[in-house]
Amino acid sequence: MATEDKDLNQASTPEQPESKGRRDAIKVLATVPVLGALAYGVYRKQKEVTRGRDISDVFSVSKDEANYLEPEPDGELIRVGIIGFGIRGKQLLRAAGFAEPSWIDTMIEASKNNKNDTRYQQYKEQDNLNIEITGVCDIFDVYGDAAIQAGSNINREGSNGTFGKAPKRYRHYKELLAANDIDAVIIAAPDHWHSTMAMDAAKAGKHVYVEKPLSWTVPETYMVRQVINETGVVFQLGHQGRQTDCYQKAEEIIGKGLLGDVNLIEVCTNRNSPNGAWVYDLIEGSNPATIDWKQFEGDPERIKEYMDYMTTCGLERYVGPEERSKFSLERFFRWRCWWDYSTGLSGDLLTHEYDAVNQIMHVGIPHAATSSGGVYFFKDGRTVPDVLQTTFEFPDRNMTMLYSATLASSRSRGKVFMGHDASMEVSNILQITVDKDSTRYADKINKGIIHTNAPFYTYVPGQDSSDTVTSPTELYFAQRGLLYTYVNGKRYDTTHLHIREWLECIRQKKTPSCNINQAFDEAITAHMGTRAFLEGRTMYWDKEKEEIVRGETV
Amino acid sequence: MKNQLYTKAQLTWLIVLRVFIGWHFAYEGLVKILNPKWTSLPYLLDSQGPIASFFISLTQDAAMVDMVNVMNKWSLLLIGLALITGCLSRIASIGGILLLIMYTLSHPSFVEASYLMPFEGSYLWIDKNLVECAALAVLCTFPTSHVIGIDRYLKNILPAGFRKYKFI
Repeated sequence: MATEDKDLNQASTPEQPESKGRRDAIKVLATVPVLGALAYGVYRKQKEVTRGRDISDVFSVSKDEANYLEPEPDGELIRVGIIGFGIRGKQLLRAAGFAEPSWIDTMIEASKNNKNDTRYQQYKEQDNLNIEITGVCDIFDVYGDAAIQAGSNINREGSNGTFGKAPKRYRHYKELLAANDIDAVIIAAPDHWHSTMAMDAAKAGKHVYVEKPLSWTVPETYMVRQVINETGVVFQLGHQGRQTDCYQKAEEIIGKGLLGDVNLIEVCTNRNSPNGAWVYDLIEGSNPATIDWKQFEGDPERIKEYMDYMTTCGLERYVGPEERSKFSLERFFRWRCWWDYSTGLSGDLLTHEYDAVNQIMHVGIPHAATSSGGVYFFKDGRTVPDVLQTTFEFPDRNMTMLYSATLASSRSRGKVFMGHDASMEVSNILQITVDKDSTRYADKINKGIIHTNAPFYTYVPGQDSSDTVTSPTELYFAQRGLLYTYVNGKRYDTTHLHIREWLECIRQKKTPSCNINQAFDEAITAHMGTRAFLEGRTMYWDKEKEEIVRGETV
Repeated sequence: MKNQLYTKAQLTWLIVLRVFIGWHFAYEGLVKILNPKWTSLPYLLDSQGPIASFFISLTQDAAMVDMVNVMNKWSLLLIGLALITGCLSRIASIGGILLLIMYTLSHPSFVEASYLMPFEGSYLWIDKNLVECAALAVLCTFPTSHVIGIDRYLKNILPAGFRKYKFI
């Protein structure tokens, strides 16, 4: 390379005249001013981002995290019995820390095949609730044996693990309730048994955790409330949604009026599979010899209440169609499909949605209910509808709650609270979108501080809730439930928390969140929806007399 | 080290390329540093391709995720600043290439890959990370920082080894 080249590329050498040194310095630092431009750009960008945060005068949400009743150290051991070990019973006992060894086997296998499947590990890490399963009851032998195995699985191990003392299996729930070594019972029998068993348990002095809905007939709803109140046992209804982190935040937001007047709530159920539509498997080994059909039929008093209502209202077409006494595997395993045992969509799934709304807004029993729907997809002989719409009116709250359900489309429609100033969608995360015609936020909207075309506030459990700016990436993942599955210790199962709360209330002599009053509201509301559907007319609630009153048919 | 000769246009555009890539890296780093809630967790969880399990395994330990986060955001910023100012820019380019290769291994644009995170463009096999990666390789091959950049000064004061092994 020729040294005479006057090319700009020529690098400096240690020996150089002063002017060359200056030129050199310029070349050394020529691109540094770009840093200034970058700094200025970042400053402008940050200012733009933070501009939207100055909304505390119209919108502020506390940083409080969801509040759960924490277990006391050295709490007493509680001896628990379980009645009903079908699909839900298995889930409940598992959430309480006692899983079937075969389920553990499946989980271990799944984690071996897929390293990302951490369900087994999570399950092993679930808190020990300090309980002992001393009694189990199921009227189907296969389930009864499975319950014994699960109840003795104290170390949460697979089939080749070491087990504790086997709980006693009872064939009749009343025998279980008579046992002295049981303090509390979990009831997961079919709907037509809920109240009866809850009442008998309370009378036997056992604390009660009963699956939703509270009741199958209207008359028993009053009776069970009375019995629970009189006996003073600790009662929890199985709406585990009560433990959903976001619901507590939602309550705060509505309480502060950040949505303005909420005038319409839309909730829904959307499932699209035979399993979701209650067409469960018929289990091997089930026959008249292994199933106590007589006990399955129900309590005679309850059946009379049911039949009285159905016949006086001319609703015989919804009864049966098979004789109640006739053994049927379909009816035993898929009992949710027939009013003879079931409370339908209203009792089974609407209640979850209603209970969430009642928890968030304390709406109480609605003034009126109307329903429509039918058996439109699963024409398998069922009597309960697979498509159902129910509207509940709350005139004292100036509000309607609309429930729409289908068991044959999984299109999600969310749980949405619509107010004059903003609407809020609640699921595992919570999002608020400001209304473009809002009064409360009008000034901020005009100034361009609040945008109305996208969610304005997002609450993701476990994150700083005061922030109104969440990165799109974060949100995208949070909405898909990906973000908090793996990180930082445990992700709690709401059913586990719900049972834990019940047990802690027994120990600390407190009242659970889904207590008998909440349960009464839930059951009456569901019954109003059901009756409105069955009778095809509006049902009203007479608050003074505490009675469901039927409206005139058109 | 031999001085490279470029025409003015070549030099100008190589420097523009260096500064632009530097700007991109620096801002990607700053955004993450300035957002206290930023984490690489979802990105890692969304990994696909033959070594996805490696990236996902990083997420199983909170301390590891923290370390990946710190490494990633500060590497991005420092590489960016180095490219802009032309300071140790060859090392910075190689560092940048390594980062981009990691991103590509975690999120390869395979025919069958589908990601939760929506991309802003359409890619098949070659994505913007690989393009930027190739551009950094160009910068390594045609260095400019010893002409315009702090390396012009550094190469005179740093030990001979730096030049021998082409660190700058």
